[in-house]
Amino acid sequence: MYRYDEYDHRILAERVEQFRDQVGRRIAGDISEDEFKPLRLMNGLYLQLHAYMLRVAIPYGMLSSTQLRKLAYIARRFDKGYGHFTTRQNIQYHWIKLEQAPDILGELAEVEMHAIQTSGNCVRNTTADQFAGVAFDEIEDPRVWCEIVRQWSTFHPEFSFLPRKFKIAITGSPHDRAALCVHDIGLRMHRDAAGEIGFEVMVGGGQGRTPMLAETIRPFLPKQYLLSYLEAILRVYNQLGRRDNIHKARIKILVGAVGAAEFARLVEAEWQASRNEDLELPAAEFERIHAHFALPPYEALPAETPAFHAKRFENREFARWVRTNVSRHKQPGYAIVTVSLKPEGGVPGDASDRQMEAMADIAERFSFGEVRVTHEQNLVLAHVKEADLYELWRNLGFFDLAAANAGLITDIIACPGLDYCSLANARSIPVSQAIGRRFADPERQARIGELKIKISGCINACGHHHVGHIGILGVDKKGEEFYQITLGGSADETAALGDIVGPAFAYDRVVDAVDTIVDTYLGIRIEGERFLDTYRRVGLQPFKERLYGAR
Amino acid sequence: MTQEIVTANRLRDGAVVYLAPEGYWSERLADAVVVEGEVAAAELLGTAEAAVKAQIVVAPYRADVTLESGLPVPRTTKERIRSRGPSIHPELGKQAEGQPA
Amino acid sequence: MALVKNGTLVADDEWRFVAEADEIPAEGAVVVTARRWLKERDRFAGRNAPTGIKIEAGDDIKALAADIDRFGLVAVDFPKFNDGRGYSTAHLLRERYGYKGEIRAVGRVLRDSLLYMHRCGFDAFDIVDKDPLGAWRQKLGEMSVFYQPATDDRTPARELRHPRRPLARAS
Repeated sequence: MYRYDEYDHRILAERVEQFRDQVGRRIAGDISEDEFKPLRLMNGLYLQLHAYMLRVAIPYGMLSSTQLRKLAYIARRFDKGYGHFTTRQNIQYHWIKLEQAPDILGELAEVEMHAIQTSGNCVRNTTADQFAGVAFDEIEDPRVWCEIVRQWSTFHPEFSFLPRKFKIAITGSPHDRAALCVHDIGLRMHRDAAGEIGFEVMVGGGQGRTPMLAETIRPFLPKQYLLSYLEAILRVYNQLGRRDNIHKARIKILVGAVGAAEFARLVEAEWQASRNEDLELPAAEFERIHAHFALPPYEALPAETPAFHAKRFENREFARWVRTNVSRHKQPGYAIVTVSLKPEGGVPGDASDRQMEAMADIAERFSFGEVRVTHEQNLVLAHVKEADLYELWRNLGFFDLAAANAGLITDIIACPGLDYCSLANARSIPVSQAIGRRFADPERQARIGELKIKISGCINACGHHHVGHIGILGVDKKGEEFYQITLGGSADETAALGDIVGPAFAYDRVVDAVDTIVDTYLGIRIEGERFLDTYRRVGLQPFKERLYGAR
Repeated sequence: MTQEIVTANRLRDGAVVYLAPEGYWSERLADAVVVEGEVAAAELLGTAEAAVKAQIVVAPYRADVTLESGLPVPRTTKERIRSRGPSIHPELGKQAEGQPA
Repeated sequence: MALVKNGTLVADDEWRFVAEADEIPAEGAVVVTARRWLKERDRFAGRNAPTGIKIEAGDDIKALAADIDRFGLVAVDFPKFNDGRGYSTAHLLRERYGYKGEIRAVGRVLRDSLLYMHRCGFDAFDIVDKDPLGAWRQKLGEMSVFYQPATDDRTPARELRHPRRPLARAS
């Protein structure tokens, strides 16, 4: 993974001192809250229900064991012993004191981490496929480009006060694990007819109160032009994006208003006028960054690992976990492991300081000291020998990290919701916990198969409810929590926005409603169908009838 | 007539605080000044401005309460959670510090 | 509010900003709105004193491109400190239209915007601060390394890392 050099370190050190000065001026009364708020947000610091919340960037989800231990230390020393991994591959701490924030940033800088641009109307943390570099179907490692974009966008002088926040996601595989279609810019690497590698550029996706799927404005951009093309998109948006209404300020509204074809024309014209070799990355710098993402020194192993298959045969629980949480690796004899942060009754995405430290140890022992964070709020060990899987699984079990549910109904995405967030209308976490308990039976989960539930506590959709196979949105009805359910959403390469099934359900009726939906699906599915397949075949009607028919 | 209190977050640590008598800010809802009616509530919020200017609290606002056994009780889920702590973590926040909800 | 240019306070600014409805004085350097310039540009032809324009957020600067060399000053207005359109305006004035004269940031020009403005091509700043010169000195000295090339002569990190400028590009 990327390691800082003296320049990266100096930029970070200067930034920490800058923020220390700003916090000092705020506490001394030299600047008002109105002036301070955009400055603290640019450093990831929000004021939430119970305290300040610090959102720390995990660039494209990559962590070293050293970094993870630092995150554990911060949780213990400055927070209440835990952190929350988010749908943008970041981590949030919920109990932060303003006066300690500069010290925390100082601690993070020691391990090459920061909270820069995790909030504010700027380019946010660029996210990536969590299987980058190891997916068997990958064309090129997107992390190299994520790091290039990270450096280019950090403190970009022209694009730090955009109309609204700006999120970029990149994948190098045909199968989209990074939810490209709901990003302001989604970049998919592929080969053109001549075998050259470039990006399909999709623009204008996003969730929130006006969900939209990104549209392709350029089917193929030769990869060496990425930075100048991104500048062209951002310059058009910076000039023409709406600034009169915060709810209409995202780039998706601009793309929707002028149409994708016209937007593409505007970008192309700007690009042609501004294209300049100086903007593109010098070859030596590309090579320098690229070298950081060399794959670890794998052993030459046979494609089949008999001992591993024997263990699967002997131990049903292990076999179940392998079926759901282990994915194919491009290197023979190795596997990719998804470590679920969704134990029964747990808080989706939360990890205690002990669990983080355990993961750091486990990563060092089994996966070259590297851990990844997924937008589905799980962790990934990307380089595990098949022969080690059983021992790894046993170790994960000691720390409540061995839930065998990746991709199943209890692998729920949930935002912090009204338990923490000042924007929320309703709680998300207790709903996810209740669903987790209702569907705890592993046999039943296996029978149901792939089913993604995503829960947001308000219309801002941090919990990605629009693209959940079952989406749950918390709303406020006269001070009471209600939940609106959508069906048929999807965030992969067949992306779709969910359809609202009908009137919202009260807090104590949501789990029953989900149960009814699942039951309906099991009753009408054809052999081999997943929930999404069934939904796409039959539509809303059968679910509507079962949910509301009695009324 | 609805009863109201004034609440905010403390600047230095972000803690939830309530405007108590004589301009004091308490971490306990039970200490909050409870007023009735638009005029009194607006006036109470007005007195909070001094604490904003003195860098003590951030963004004070009014919240509805009902009085039960003489103590203010929040009317919305959000204020209930602010006054206690996260509903999913009874061991954290004010609820864990032995304070009345 | 005070004008800082080339790192010093300018006490006697020669430019007079003329409001939309006011008469344009016969003598002296004046700054008019871009809108007014486009409407009344012929009136300025015989005027024997420097003219500047003020670009407001949302103005289309393409319309001004042909006249750009006639301006002694271009003021770019920031209606709010977080309205970032002016950054692109300055960038385009320098890079696309080759404007070499003074580009002055006016409006909500706060301490924490100065470095970004300078990187985008501004060279004069009407700063809103108790201590404008102190603000300027602090903010311009706060960061010493930059990742991306911009409209200034600071050498970005990616070139500092490879002292001899390579000819080949990433492929």
